Amino acid sequence: MIPEIGHFALVLALGLALIQVVVPAWGARTRDPVLMSVGDVTAPVQLLFVAAAFAALVWCYVTSDFSVANVFENSHSAKPLIYKISGVWGNHEGSMLLWVLILAFFGALVAAFGSNLPLSLKANVLAVQASIAAAFYAFILATSNPFARLAQAPFEGRDLNPVLQDLGLAIHPPLLYVGYVGFSISFSFAIAALIDGRTDAAWARWVRPWTLGAWMFLTLGIAMGSYWAYYELGWGGFWFWDPVENASLMPWIAGTALLHSAVVMEKRNALKVWTILLAILTFSLSLLGTFLVRSGVLTSVHAFATDPTRGIFILAILIFFIGGALALYAWRAPALKQGGLFAPVSREGALVLNNLLLTTACATVFVGTLYPLALEAVTGEKISVGAPFFNATFGPLMIPLLIAVPFGPLIAWKRGDVYGVAQRLIFALGAAVIAVAVAFGIAGHGPVMAPLGIGLAAFVIAGALTDIVDRTGLFRVSFSTAFARARGLPRSAWGTTIAHCGAGVMLLGVMGDTQWGAERIVALKPGEVVSIRHYDFTFEGATPRDGPNYREQIARFTVRRNGHVLGTMQPTKRSFATRQSTTTEAALMTRGVSQLYLSLGDSNPDGSTVVRLYHKPLVLLIWLGPVIMVLGGGLSLSDRRLRIGAPKPARQKTTLQPAE
Amino acid sequence: MTLWFILALMTVAAVFAVLWPLSRHGAYRPSGTDIAVYQDQLEELDRDRKAGLIAEPEAVAARVEVARRLIAAADADASAGAFKPSQSRRRVAMVLVLALALLPIGAGALYVMTGSPQLPGMPLAARVSAPAEASSIESLIAKVEAHLERSPEDGRGWEVLAPVYMRLGRFDDAVKARRNALRLHGATAAREADFGEALVGAANGVVTADAKAAFERARALDARMFKAAYFLGLAAEQDGRREEAASIWRGLIATAPPEASWVELIRSSLARVDPAAVAPSAPSAQGSAAPGSPSPGPTADDMAAAASLPPEQRSEMVRGMVDRLATRLRQDGSDVDGWLRLLRAYAVLGDAEKAKAAAAEARRALSGAPEKLHRVEEAVKALGLEG
Repeated sequence: MIPEIGHFALVLALGLALIQVVVPAWGARTRDPVLMSVGDVTAPVQLLFVAAAFAALVWCYVTSDFSVANVFENSHSAKPLIYKISGVWGNHEGSMLLWVLILAFFGALVAAFGSNLPLSLKANVLAVQASIAAAFYAFILATSNPFARLAQAPFEGRDLNPVLQDLGLAIHPPLLYVGYVGFSISFSFAIAALIDGRTDAAWARWVRPWTLGAWMFLTLGIAMGSYWAYYELGWGGFWFWDPVENASLMPWIAGTALLHSAVVMEKRNALKVWTILLAILTFSLSLLGTFLVRSGVLTSVHAFATDPTRGIFILAILIFFIGGALALYAWRAPALKQGGLFAPVSREGALVLNNLLLTTACATVFVGTLYPLALEAVTGEKISVGAPFFNATFGPLMIPLLIAVPFGPLIAWKRGDVYGVAQRLIFALGAAVIAVAVAFGIAGHGPVMAPLGIGLAAFVIAGALTDIVDRTGLFRVSFSTAFARARGLPRSAWGTTIAHCGAGVMLLGVMGDTQWGAERIVALKPGEVVSIRHYDFTFEGATPRDGPNYREQIARFTVRRNGHVLGTMQPTKRSFATRQSTTTEAALMTRGVSQLYLSLGDSNPDGSTVVRLYHKPLVLLIWLGPVIMVLGGGLSLSDRRLRIGAPKPARQKTTLQPAE
Repeated sequence: MTLWFILALMTVAAVFAVLWPLSRHGAYRPSGTDIAVYQDQLEELDRDRKAGLIAEPEAVAARVEVARRLIAAADADASAGAFKPSQSRRRVAMVLVLALALLPIGAGALYVMTGSPQLPGMPLAARVSAPAEASSIESLIAKVEAHLERSPEDGRGWEVLAPVYMRLGRFDDAVKARRNALRLHGATAAREADFGEALVGAANGVVTADAKAAFERARALDARMFKAAYFLGLAAEQDGRREEAASIWRGLIATAPPEASWVELIRSSLARVDPAAVAPSAPSAQGSAAPGSPSPGPTADDMAAAASLPPEQRSEMVRGMVDRLATRLRQDGSDVDGWLRLLRAYAVLGDAEKAKAAAAEARRALSGAPEKLHRVEEAVKALGLEG
């Protein structure tokens, strides 16, 4: 009964979404407030129904109801509870349901917090949001129904792909999806503005915080996915330029650009038309990312051929929303009023430069990801575009971008003074030079790239801090005055500084790992010793052990440095009987922000085991950087001035006074 | 019925979600305006100017710009078209139709097309305790497997499971089960031989080196271990040492107890390698297995023998056993378990005609015992032999 209730809830959500497309939009056209307000109620109720459907599916997974085909195919009664639950979104159908759940959640948020929006804007936004939702409900019900039933419930399920049975991947997709779907809000706002033919000031206010929120989740999601790939896949890499990864990177880059252009729009009412285009592009890339990963379109063009209904449905959705939005843009954008003017050398100008570099970078990733796919579809020729392409295109674009990062926050709005800013950055430049020298000193004859990269990272971090130092007057006035000023600074200023520092920290990690990392692959017998850098690893032997739904082989290594025992590392290899597959669980030893990394390969007939050893200097900074960026985003989001619908204290005081 | 009731309630809730805002006629809240936003912006501009983020002349220019927009927004607000309630009522009526009629009908139709309201939920717990399922061999196996997944150190579980796997032809699983039984309960001749037998099954009847080693270990533990001896003979035959095979098997027949049912199998094997050796006394051995004895079906040795035979011979052997069972039941029809086994055997062999005939015979033979008759009827139903 539960799965059927879930199924029907999804059907009703589709019905409500269709009503929410038609009625509020109609109300907006006829300026009828009664019709416009319908979306205020249907959006949260829609969320209730989708949540009910999702809860029903979770319930089926938890109780191992294998009469639901989706549960049978992706679960197993012996699986630990957490992976039973995460199995819900570990497959195409369930992840689509999670997607619409988050979409409905954002729709409900607009309805709940949108009381300070002009009525017609809100009605149009809710209608656009509902049209996305309706397309996805229809897609799920028609081609990917998670509630499809089996008349004869099989006794045991086929289990979740063992690689996905991991805590990192249990929380990675929800984070990523909150990011993807969060961009739907700025998309809906952009479309609503195009439909209305005007961009209100309230419009500009709304887009930035929502974009920022989505961007934070997407950042966390990507970092989490990258860390998962690092420790689970056993190759020690953190980014593979894999199409699936690129699919999430593209909306992130576009979202970062959107975030910055939204600042200009919010503050100075400029770049409106460009921001609308970016909002459309960002969500389009999110849509593309969702489908590329989940439908198998990227990994193989043939996936389309094997499941044509699903593929054609996806194509139709993509063409309707991306094509439709761009067409609407081409038609209506010229009619929009352009915003304020600014000189090329100004904060606005710096942000335009940021946008140009980011969109170009995004375009290179787009080409590198989709060109092989298009080529294969058209000519059947298979080519692979890997790290060399991206290092040659994406990398060089990042260098001017990062050099420009410290300039942005320091330069004045409307008309700035580069020379003055450069003078203020002299300390940051000094820090960079020192960093290069120190890096050369430590690494000696290492690769030339590394010290320069470290220097750039130091410049970004020191440059970001320069802004705060300048504004608080630290080193110029007494510490207590500076501290008081620091507290008085708007949180968005702190947010900017911290987020930019995060970018520098991440660059440090990338440089340390890629330029200074060491790697060895050896076949070891028990008792043998292998060394990497100053670390000696003694292979003590391997023992089998039974897990809940797998067997594992645990290898034990004792790690020594200059004869001192640092501890043991236990990489394992798990074999899952149900799926007949194995996974590697790498062993990590953290030394400061560097790591030692061990993963097991195949066993040889002569009793030796292939072992991969890596020394990864500064590697943790790669993921610490994004976490710092998210912290910065959070600070900026918590800035009072950006809070939606927050009552104005001044006005409240005046209304309260007579009552006293 | 409960399901439909709940679905109906959900539909009512959905319809209500549309009707409710419509009913709040005229009670709509005032909307946010641009004016408030511009006022905020002016305050922000002041803050920026005090913090030195924007120079004085630029701040003045920006202030003029925002103020200009503020005035424009106030003008637009005043000139916005007034809303006419009379026209609204017509539209509301149309939305009512949409919500009251189209939403339930559309949702209902879509659900009936794609849903399966007749299927109950079947969570694991419900399925495990369901009595109807309990009789199926698959679910029994699954239960034992689930138990062993949790406590893989239970040797008895593996011992129970192994012969079932052998019978179902899941030889790889049988090998695993036999190996675990060996590991947990220690080596005996019988366990070693059973392990070897599973290996032979997994290798499609070929006595591999591993299997041979297992049989040799079994012989070492117990020289009279006939199963191991038989397979060692088979190994010799497969290696082309027919003489050796014949001598092993001849020795087995010579030392066999007279009632042993496996002697016949060895005789036929012997006939393969040494046709002259077949003794004329062969038929007498067959008689020793069946008549009168309330044997509960094929013995483990029968199964062992069957497992190692090529497929055609195996089915021939199975048919032989089934015929023996049929003959016995014709003589003594009171054994209801025997009848049930016969029905199942015919059904498995795909012999529906014979199965139906046997069912009719069983009904006749058991007409005096309603309880037993009932069990036969149930089996007939379960096997789909009606009509």
